[in-house]
Parts: sequence; C-alpha cells; structure tokens
Amino acid sequence: MYDVNYHRASSVEEAASLMSRAEDGKFVAGGQTLIPTMKQRLAAPSDLIDLRHIASMKGIRVEGGKVTIGAATTHAEVAGSADIARVCPGICSLASHIGDPAVRHMGTIGGSIANNDPAADYPAAMMALGADIVTNKRTIAADDFFAGLFETALEDGEIITSVSFSAPVKCAYAKFANPASRYAMAGVFVARFDDGSVRVGVTGAGSDGVFRHKGMEDALTSDWNAGALDGVSVDEGMMLSDIHGDAAYRANLVKVMAKRAVAAAG
Amino acid sequence: MGMEGIGARVKRKEDQRFITGKGRYTDDFKMAGMHFAAFVRSPHAHARIKGIDKSAAEAMPGVVGVLDGKQLTGDGIGNIICGWMIHSKDGSPMNMGAWSALATEYVRYVGDAAAVVIADTEENARAAAGAVDVDYEVLPAIVDPAATLNAGAPQVHDNAPGNLIYDWEVGTDVKTVDEALANSVHVTEMEIRNNRLIPNAIEPRAALANYDMADDHFTLYTTSQNPHVARLVLSAFYQVAPEHKLRVIAPDVGGGFGSKIFIYPEEIVCLWASKRTGVPVKWTAERTESFLADAHGRDHVTKAWIGFDADNKITGFKIDTIANLGAYMSLFSSSVPTYLYAILMSGQYDIANVHCNVRAVYTNTAPVDAYRGAGRPEATYVVERIMETAARELGVDPAELRRKNFVRSFPHQTPLILCYDAGDYDATLDAALKAADYAGFPARRAEAEKRGKKRGIGLSCYIEACGLAPSAAVGSLGAGVGLWESAEVRVNPVGTVEVLTGAHSHGQGHETTFSQLIAERFGLPTDNVSIVHGDTDKVQFGMGTYGSRSGAVGMSAVVKALDKVEGKARKIAAHLMEADEADIVIENGEVKVAGTDKKLGWHEVCLAAYTAHNLPEGMEPGLKETSFYDPTNFTFPAGSYVCEVEVDPETGVTEVVQFVAADDFGRIINPMIVEGQVHGGVTQGIGQALLEHGIYTEDGQLVTASYMDYAMPRADNVPSYKLSTHETLCPSNPLGVKGCGEAGAIGSPPAVINAITDAIGNNNLSMPATPARVWAAMNG
Repeated sequence: MYDVNYHRASSVEEAASLMSRAEDGKFVAGGQTLIPTMKQRLAAPSDLIDLRHIASMKGIRVEGGKVTIGAATTHAEVAGSADIARVCPGICSLASHIGDPAVRHMGTIGGSIANNDPAADYPAAMMALGADIVTNKRTIAADDFFAGLFETALEDGEIITSVSFSAPVKCAYAKFANPASRYAMAGVFVARFDDGSVRVGVTGAGSDGVFRHKGMEDALTSDWNAGALDGVSVDEGMMLSDIHGDAAYRANLVKVMAKRAVAAAG
Repeated sequence: MGMEGIGARVKRKEDQRFITGKGRYTDDFKMAGMHFAAFVRSPHAHARIKGIDKSAAEAMPGVVGVLDGKQLTGDGIGNIICGWMIHSKDGSPMNMGAWSALATEYVRYVGDAAAVVIADTEENARAAAGAVDVDYEVLPAIVDPAATLNAGAPQVHDNAPGNLIYDWEVGTDVKTVDEALANSVHVTEMEIRNNRLIPNAIEPRAALANYDMADDHFTLYTTSQNPHVARLVLSAFYQVAPEHKLRVIAPDVGGGFGSKIFIYPEEIVCLWASKRTGVPVKWTAERTESFLADAHGRDHVTKAWIGFDADNKITGFKIDTIANLGAYMSLFSSSVPTYLYAILMSGQYDIANVHCNVRAVYTNTAPVDAYRGAGRPEATYVVERIMETAARELGVDPAELRRKNFVRSFPHQTPLILCYDAGDYDATLDAALKAADYAGFPARRAEAEKRGKKRGIGLSCYIEACGLAPSAAVGSLGAGVGLWESAEVRVNPVGTVEVLTGAHSHGQGHETTFSQLIAERFGLPTDNVSIVHGDTDKVQFGMGTYGSRSGAVGMSAVVKALDKVEGKARKIAAHLMEADEADIVIENGEVKVAGTDKKLGWHEVCLAAYTAHNLPEGMEPGLKETSFYDPTNFTFPAGSYVCEVEVDPETGVTEVVQFVAADDFGRIINPMIVEGQVHGGVTQGIGQALLEHGIYTEDGQLVTASYMDYAMPRADNVPSYKLSTHETLCPSNPLGVKGCGEAGAIGSPPAVINAITDAIGNNNLSMPATPARVWAAMNG
C-alpha cells in the first residue's frame, strides 16, 4: 500500500469539504473493496475520507411500510434488524450472506451501492425494491442510479446518505455463489408490491452489471408462481462469460435463482 | 506400550504455541539493520530483456541496491538445476534449459524475476521495484502442454528443440502391450487431463539472509521442508556460499505440501544480495507472488488404453502422457511424472503387460514440481478412472472388476520396477464398502431422485510408493542425492532426551509422534523429550520431509539410534546391578533386573553414564548415539475410498454427501494425527476434483492469481469423513510403518469424479468438476 492521508469525517458537510480539498481523494465506507485494491497497489488515492462514523448516516428507520437505511449502516446491522425483518425479510437475508462476518461488520450499504460491483448483492435489491438513493445533493431512483460495471450516477464529491424504499408484500433473494470468491454469479431479488406488480433485480450475471428482467416481471405480475418463469427466456447475449461459467450457464442460473427466490418468497 | 507410546492418541505438543499465536515463522525473525527485498517480476509470459533502467529506482528513498541477473551471474552465482537426471528412450539426457535466479536475457513466465530492489522498508522496496524500468521485447508464448509440441510453437529454451525435455518410457515392451490390447475381448480408451494446481500453504514463502563479514559466514532463515538439502544445493550447485560457512534454519513452517522442498530464486538472491549490499535481507511473498511463482502441481494430458479378456482380467495397459513442467525445471520436477508417476500404473492390480510413455515439456508457465502426492495422484487418477469406466462398459460391478484383478500374493514384482512388499487390498475394499453401505446405494439413489437430486457413487483403490527412498536404487534411476535419513538421540544426565532429526515438521506433528517412540522405548512421558529439527547448525544432516517419508525413514533412523542407546544403557545397568545384560528390562522409567527386586531409576543409569565413576571396563562416558538409516525398499500404503455425491441438476452443484476412506498405512504411531492427515489429504483431493484449477490465458497471463478466482476447498465443501485403517506391517523397516501424509490427496480425486459421472450418466467430465462443467455435461 502507498502512503495515504486518512480522515474520519464527523458530518456529511465535513466529508464533502475534505474531499474538495484533497488532491486525489476517495470516500471509504467500509473499504471492503477499496482497501484490498490499495494493498495490491492498484489504487493510490492521496486521501481517504471515512464516512463510516458520520452519525446522521447511520441507523435504520421503519415507519409504516417505509424503510430507510442510513448509508453507513453495516451489512450485519441490516441482517440483524428486527424492524426490517418484520416488513422486508428478503433484504435481511441478502445482507446476512454478503462476504464473511468480518466483511459484514465493516462493509456498509452505501459503500456497496456506490461501488456497484457487478457481482455485489445490494444493487439487485435496490433495483427490485425500486429504492430511492438519497445523496447530499438529490434523490436518485435505483433505475437511474446504476450505470454499468462499477459506474453510477454519482457525481464527483456526491455522497450517498441513505436509501429508502416501500416494503413489498413479498420478497426474497436467491444467490448462486462463485465457488472461489463467493460473490454472486447470479443473484436474483424478486419483490411483489401491493398493487400486484413485480420487480426482478439481477446481479452477478449481466455483462453490463445489475439489471431488471422485464420478461420475468411481466410473467410474475400475471402469475406469482415459480412455474410462471418456465416460458421466460433469459438472453445469453446479455450474460457474462468467464472461467467460472459461460453465458449459457449464467442464463440458466438467472432463471433457476429467480424461481428459487419466488418459491422462497412464498 | 505406555500411556504415550506407539498407538496412543497423544495430543499434539506443538499445538499450544500454534493456536496461541506463539509459533515462530521466518517472517517473525528480525535482525539489526535488516532491509527488504522486492522483486521486479515479468508481466509477460515470454520476452527478451532489451535493457533495464534502474536510475529512477536507485534514487528513491531507502534504496541500497537495485540488482539484476547480469550482476548475479557476474558474481559467479550458478544456475538453478533439476537434481534428477532422466534419459530419453533414445539414451539422450534430458534437455535442461538455463535458469538464472534473476533473468539475464529472457523472461519465460509471468512472475519470472528480472531484478530485485533492496531497501530499508518493505514499502520503499516495493515502491522502488515499481520504478525499475525493464525494456521488454515481447515474444510469442505457449502455455498448453499438448500444443507446445506442435511444429511452429514458440520455443521456450534453445536447447530443448520442440519444447521437449525428454521422451521416456517404462514397463513391458510396447509391442507386447499393443498385441495384448489387440487380442483383448474389450478395450477401454480414455483421454484424461489432470488439472494444474497451485499449492497455497497458509504461510507464504519467505527468506531472511545475512552475511556476517566478520566471520565470512552466511545465515539463512527460510520456509523449507529440507534445510540441509537447501544448504547443499545453495553451496554445491549455486556457489552462493561454501557449505561450512552457511547455516540454514527452517523454523516453524506453516505448511509445505511439497512447494517448500525446492530451492527458489528468492533465497539465492537474498543471500547474494546480503553480501553484495552489506545488510541482512528479508523477503516474504505476497499472496499474489505465491500464486505466480511457487512451483505448481500436476498438469498432465494423458491417453490410456486398457484391455480385458473374457473373464474380465486385465490383459494389457498402455499410457501415453504429456507432463507440463512449466518454464524451468524445478529441483525434482523431472522425477515426478516418471519415477513417482509412471511406475505406479499397475495400481493394486496384477497386470502382466503395462507400458507408460511420458513426454515432459516446457511451456511459458510457472515451474511445475512435486505437490502433495507428486505423480501418484496423477497415476491413481488414470488407473482408477479407467477401471471405473471399463466396469461400466463391461457392465460389471466396479468393485468386482477391481477385486477380479487384485494382487494377492506378496512380494509382487510389477512390470514397472516396483516390487510391492505387503498389502491386503481385499481387506480395505471390504472395509470401505461396508462402511459406505454399498449394498444400500440403490435405495439412497431412489430417495434422492424423489428430492430432485442425482445421486452417484464412485470407488478408488489406490496404491502409492512412499518412504523415499533406497539411496542406491534412486541413484541408479538418476537422483542426484541419497534419500536416507539421520537421527541423533541425546540422553541427558538427568534422563531427559533430545532427538535431533533430519526430518522437518511443517504441520505433521513430529514433536509429538517422534516423542512417542521414546515414550514407547523407555516408558518416559513425552514431556521429557524434545525434538530438534530445522537447523543445519544443530542437526547432523538430513534429507527433510516430503513423500510421506518422515515415519518410514526418519523414524527408522530414530529407532536405530535408540537401539544403540538402549544397548549401552543396558550394559551400564547390568554393570551397576551386577546382573546379566539379557535380564535387564526397561519400562515405565525404570531399569530392572528381571525376576528380582533390583532396579534403578532411568535417570540413575543416565547419570552414571555421565559421571563415569563406575562404567564397564573400556566403555566411553556419555549416552548419545547417531544413526543414518537407508531404506531397503519403498513402502506401499494402499486403500479403498468410496465417495457418494448428490448433484443438483438445475445448477450442476455437486455435494459430497459421504466419503469413506479405508487405508493401510502399516503400523500407526498416533491414530489422531493419522486421521488429521487423511482429513487434510482427502480435502485437498476434493479440492482438486471440484474446485481448484490454475488457468493461464493463451498469452500466458495467470487468470487464477488470487482467491477471487482460485477456489480452495472450505469446510462447507466437504462432509464429515468415515475413516478406518487396516494394518499390514511394512516388512522393510523396523517399525512396519508405511506413511500416511499423501494418501488422501492421491486416492480421493478419482472417487469423486467416478461418483459424479455415475450420478449424471455422462463420463465425459474433467477436473475440476465445477458446477458450470457438470451442468454442461448434463445439458450438452
């Protein structure tokens, strides 16, 4: 690792100000991707501005069906939240299977979403839940937020402060883990809302990162049943292909995981 | 036996320090003025070095040296060699290309070291290494072991035309085998690949070298399985330091699996650089360096044909293998696909006609050498995959086909050099089938089918040759060293015992098991025994630990030294108690005269040896004896493994739901440690079968250079194992031990693949059987 200046911000404003003064600054919100990258000398920011200790960015609020999760909330906190579990257990289950215990106690939802690793779990949930990504400047719909591999709508210096979504009637996440990294090779989050509409977010499999699958959403909206997906095709042309599985295999996994998610959601 | 003697489940003495974080590994040692080495490694699989601009690196903070291969060879440091000469079948010696510890003109794989930076901190060294500007002319590369032999393939070394290192054969005359196959009622033919593995010991390789100018003496702390061999090779072949002026210390070592047998460029460079720069030099590999530059394992491409008569007896077996040795010939690389592989092709079977041809080849990949099992897993995979396949083709029970062909009389001379000395293959197969409830499998399969799972069962009956090795025998086969072992038993005046052994423990638990030999012999608690190893200044000499040799060879040396100690102690005791030496009995820490109440404490006899006030006429004082033990034969551990899997047809995921191992390791010193070895070995074998694969791109980039892509087995990949042992004693060593360290990794991969191919009904499946591959095999 190269030398770096570490700053622990105590407010969103301070974090933004530190960033504006840094030569080549990076926000760190858990560092579960950034720190290993720096250790391998593949990233060399001049300054790290830590968002994890900003009080206003921490914590979980559930009011009626509205769930708000502070961006600096750890995966372990989401996984263990009884309040969320009551209205949206699927996201607790998702968080409980991210990485390992060390990762879950350091990594945060804001960090994961801002990084937008194409194999990360949270982006699938944000898409399927139609979440709002709230920053220090604006509110961005999940559909507009994720913009390809490791790309988001965030502008320079923009900080995610929280995410919020309306709890669905039913939801679940099914992940097929890469045998080596245990990141998602195909992770599918399905959510059914009180108007009967269904949203399906897919991570890990797409060659352009997280996406919604319209064909599955339509099929499940008309028939909320795993069997309804039998006739739906997953386009191999959209799929990643690597040493762990080719596009045909990933397309198969997307469908299998979607069916398992629907079955788990009940 | 006493409470802690042979056969007792003594808890590991060394674990207290390991599990409380008190182990002392190479990287834990520090020296005044210590500097750090960082290697400049080639990003190209094949390139010519046009020039190296060191000026920017030399100007960086803390840098005391930026050194290259021309300086290294200019100082007289010799090339790295392979220590086992193999001759091709036309009589020509193997084609060994030059390997300098730092490249002089060409780099030949990604990770090949082109230069080194010595600086005051690790950070400064690494930063400066990044600033060394190597001007590469990139050349075409070749990574595939079969394609490297094709006309027009890029040449890795000038003196290995066509990238062929040797073309070697062993066994029955090939025409005789061809005739036997032609006259067979049935012939099974297979193409088999054995996947490249990357060792991944928990502790990465490390070295700390110091040249002491005052004494003109070198010290090297290093992660070695065989410090004396390291000293010998560093001195005799690489001219780094004269043997009497080089101390090699291998302290606690966190796993080796073969990868720490070899002498690598980094140790050589650290020693040389310490003298050249005048500071102690430490290097500890980063995990990525371990992936790139540790010797890899396996990587074979094989065609095999096996014939049967009308009674399902094997008529002939022919094997043609290409073995990828990578870009350079590592220390024992040549012996792995020959004398550790081909000569095991008879398996547990009585086969009159066996012929194996092996072509070893160069490619632009990391060097390949011994890795847990070393050749024997590759052999067992060929033999046991083709036996299972033949049984399916013949429509006979795979267990019965094996039984039909078992060797049953011993000694048994195979057509492949080896003479099996003892075994009972029916006994281990019976035990395994019983523990696996083989008869109940159809019902379990039907039950799994109801749950939507495909259940399969697979067998593997392995044999291996361990206890490496009779020195004259291996010498005649090309080995550059003898493979005896030595021990010194020092009994102190108070009766405590120190055992100095040339074996090296890097996870095996020698401090416990070697102590049990003394507990058995004299009835002393193991706490009264200390095992000294891993330091060339302390231990007389030794060949180290690999090839499951510590028990069969290392312990035999201890037993021989104990015989001498006991003989002298008896003489002293008989003299002191005025008794006949033949009546002396040593047990439970006492020395008694049989049939009388006369006795002395063990410590009293020991003290008498050192006070020398009253010793038998002419006897020298002291109680300390040395033995050099040279085995008379290999040992032949063998066993039967039964694996049961369930495959999820939707995802191709394989779950190993049952794994049974029935092993014959000869005499067992500590059953708990043996079980641990089998657990670890089988887990590594399941890792090879399901998960692990070192993959290069066509232009030689290592895709699997981190745990993001290289899948190691984890606890949730393996079941709780069902183990048993059956003892036939090895007749060629005093304890009757055979060795257990590699068996699990040797025997398990074919059992797993046989089970999966049985489950999915498609035999066309290569290791690792990843979910994607299994799914493709089911849907292809």
